[in-house]
Amino acid sequence: MNKDNTALNRRSFLKASILSGGGMLLTVSWLSGFKSADEAEALNVPEQWARLNGYIHIMPDNKVKLICPNPEFGQNVMTSLPMMLAEELDADWKNVTVEMGPHDPAKLGAQFTGGSNSVRMYWKPLREAGAAARQMLREAAAQTWNVPVGEVTTKAGVLSHPSGKSAKYGEMASKAAKVSVPKELQLKAPKDFTIVRKSKKNVEIQKITSGKPLFGLDYSVDGMLIAMIQHPPAFGMKLKSFDAAETMKMPGIKDVFSVKLYEDGFEQGGFDTRTFNELLVVVGENTWAVMNGRKKLVVDWEAAGDIKDTIGGRGGKREVIVPGALESTTSQMQQMQEYAAKPAQQLRKDGDPESAFNNAAQVIERTYNGPFLAHNCMEPMNFFAHVTDEKALLAGPLQAPGWTEPTLSKLLNLPADKIEIQMTRMGGGFGRRAYGHYLYEAALISRKVKAPVKLMYTREDDMTYGIYRPMYTATYRAALDTNKNLIAFHVRGGGIPEHAIHANRFPAGAVDHYLAEGWQIPSNITIGAFRAPRSNFNAAAEQSFLDEVAEAAGKDPIEFRLELLKRAKENPVGKNNEYDADRYAGVLKLVRDKSNWNKPGNEKYNRGVAAYFCHNSYAAHVVDMVTRDGQPYVERVYSAMDCGIVINPDAATNMVQGAVVDGIGNAFYGALTHKDGAAQQTNFSNYRMIRINEAPKSIEVHFVQNDLDPTGLGEPPFPPVFGAVANALYKNKGKRFYNQPFMGEMDKAI
Amino acid sequence: MAKVTLNINNKDYPMEADPQMPLLWAIRDLAGLKGTKYGCGVAQCGACVVHLDGEAVRSCVTKVSRAAGKKVVTIEGLSETNSHPVQKAWQEIDVPQCGYCHSGQIMSAAVLLREKPNPTDQDIDDAMAGNICRCGTYLRIRKAIHTAAEMQKKTAAKS
Repeated sequence: MNKDNTALNRRSFLKASILSGGGMLLTVSWLSGFKSADEAEALNVPEQWARLNGYIHIMPDNKVKLICPNPEFGQNVMTSLPMMLAEELDADWKNVTVEMGPHDPAKLGAQFTGGSNSVRMYWKPLREAGAAARQMLREAAAQTWNVPVGEVTTKAGVLSHPSGKSAKYGEMASKAAKVSVPKELQLKAPKDFTIVRKSKKNVEIQKITSGKPLFGLDYSVDGMLIAMIQHPPAFGMKLKSFDAAETMKMPGIKDVFSVKLYEDGFEQGGFDTRTFNELLVVVGENTWAVMNGRKKLVVDWEAAGDIKDTIGGRGGKREVIVPGALESTTSQMQQMQEYAAKPAQQLRKDGDPESAFNNAAQVIERTYNGPFLAHNCMEPMNFFAHVTDEKALLAGPLQAPGWTEPTLSKLLNLPADKIEIQMTRMGGGFGRRAYGHYLYEAALISRKVKAPVKLMYTREDDMTYGIYRPMYTATYRAALDTNKNLIAFHVRGGGIPEHAIHANRFPAGAVDHYLAEGWQIPSNITIGAFRAPRSNFNAAAEQSFLDEVAEAAGKDPIEFRLELLKRAKENPVGKNNEYDADRYAGVLKLVRDKSNWNKPGNEKYNRGVAAYFCHNSYAAHVVDMVTRDGQPYVERVYSAMDCGIVINPDAATNMVQGAVVDGIGNAFYGALTHKDGAAQQTNFSNYRMIRINEAPKSIEVHFVQNDLDPTGLGEPPFPPVFGAVANALYKNKGKRFYNQPFMGEMDKAI
Repeated sequence: MAKVTLNINNKDYPMEADPQMPLLWAIRDLAGLKGTKYGCGVAQCGACVVHLDGEAVRSCVTKVSRAAGKKVVTIEGLSETNSHPVQKAWQEIDVPQCGYCHSGQIMSAAVLLREKPNPTDQDIDDAMAGNICRCGTYLRIRKAIHTAAEMQKKTAAKS
């Protein structure tokens, strides 16, 4: 048992009450030991949002219901979070049901899905909640049976005493609610887990396979209208005028109007994007009516020119000029090459890189490029809104209600307690749904038409609207001495509109002379977090470059990395190195062993390896490529992960397998290019997505076994896939590929 | 607009609809069955697959006029108790992540299994390549279809 009293002694946050009809309701609230991760910082998470409340309902019929605070977008948090609670509660998993909570920060805390933080954030508070409830149930049983509480044991929802007395949780729940909240808790040691670390099925699997209306697009109320927004045809354009006469004649059309998202000078929150501000809206009775009505609009668009945005948030109020040019991928590439040639902002410097490069026996320099990527969630952006003068109800797919509500409150001039936000299951997120603009749009439309409205983006609306993964470039240089040792490392990275460089990540700390620089070019093409922001490009470029440096040094790519990590462990350069060299090396060794790296039997494969650390977890992959029908094909993948304790192993494996497929797909095909401001990919007909016939035959996932506190899995396995694919592709094609997507769009654009 | 009756999951739905309206929107907006999903509207992703007289069709490009007088089956009607072998296999293998594409995946897989009760990986890849899963659950989809084939065989052997 691990004694755990820190949180409880600091503040008493547990509140127990009797449920109407009997049973126990435990409300829990702690300031947990959550620290903002480096990624969390990038996402601007205020620390106080780690204040978590959980709701536990224990019913007289032994059912245990947990309100899941965090929205579900496929990371299976609706299953893994309740598992933590049920573990310490000693609940019978068969009796646990889960409901998604509404946005209620006072009771449910941050409610933020992103940054691979859900499991990490909730690990301690939910176990404490479960342990507290269990302790109170034991107390109630001890009082009832008149025995010492220490003699009452629990197992799978049953309280027992050596005398033979026993009771189900439901029988003691009402009494337990009157027991005083424990001041000290005992949490289980990992060896005693009976639910955590045992695979549990997705709690919503039955609903998914039978087509229940779980998603935002499925949300419906009587009298609900459908709305769509006709966006300008290009970034940098805006609405000039429109004639809706023909549209209004179409059947089922209710209204056509324009509405401003933000009034001039409106202070936007950090996640309040504004791709287009003047919204041309068509409202009608059903989806098809609106789709048809839209086609009849006669619209004049004009150049928007430079636009001034006022951004608030943690860094204080600042004004940002968004340039008005109509950008094209070819001119962007040119512009990036010009910037890349100039010195940039220094992000980190160790030793004397300049003289080290001057005195090197060999210098290797390579430049990598990556395009904008569209998230392409299978469920396009949408939200339901019913706004009246008194209150607002909103429902739909949203990763970060807490970042959305303050702006909504200002836009509608309604206090937060008059705004109800319900989070539906999301048809994918990948970072895209951290940006709540579509919720604001839905609310403003509903207020205008005075009716419940579902705002819906078509696939084309969704893909051409922006909030993309930024366009990146990075130039890497490595200096080798006469003994082929890596003595200096330099990365200069840039992007539109931001660079991808993590200056304190590997190989920082492993090289005596190190320099990291970054630059960025402003743009009107809007960007946002995309599964492992920045890391998803870094890992591709850096891991591909290290492969090339290892080859120049005449070393095996895994051994080369392990030597550097050994150096970083034993004699680190600099103090601020983000990664744990042992855990980093651990996943490399595990994947080396499991893939039989350098062992006979794998001759038919072109093998590539890569490893990366981000979002507090470690990942390594070996990708085995073959040529199939004249094309490179990833047939087999070995993955090694270190995310501490694995809560739900089968679901975790699913997540890693999915990240591998996603990584292969984006490395080979993903690209969103522009011509004169217009997105050139508009639907899955010209934005190529990986399909089942392109997915590997096997992806073997292995987890490092340890008892460390769990960290996230949604993002960490994704970035190094790109690097491993690049390195396998080199073996397959006999030449290095530096421009994503490897299948060609970007090469053509240059 | 025209009066049309659609037979969906063995139930008649009389409705007033533009004959050009895609079946998808008739199912979702007019019949109120939300299991069939919109993903692309141009027959590229397979999220909207339903059965029309037993054949898998993309309801986003199938006009209501074509569906009139035929039997439409959606995910809600694939089985009465969520127990079609494909549904059961999906549950056993715990295939989905976000889950959005899976009603289309399941409807496509059900037709594949009827046509090829013993599909190879190649058969599965050929038949399922029209269904995009953005979360990348393709390996589990393959596995679940093999599992469903086994279940189907066992059921057939019993009866």
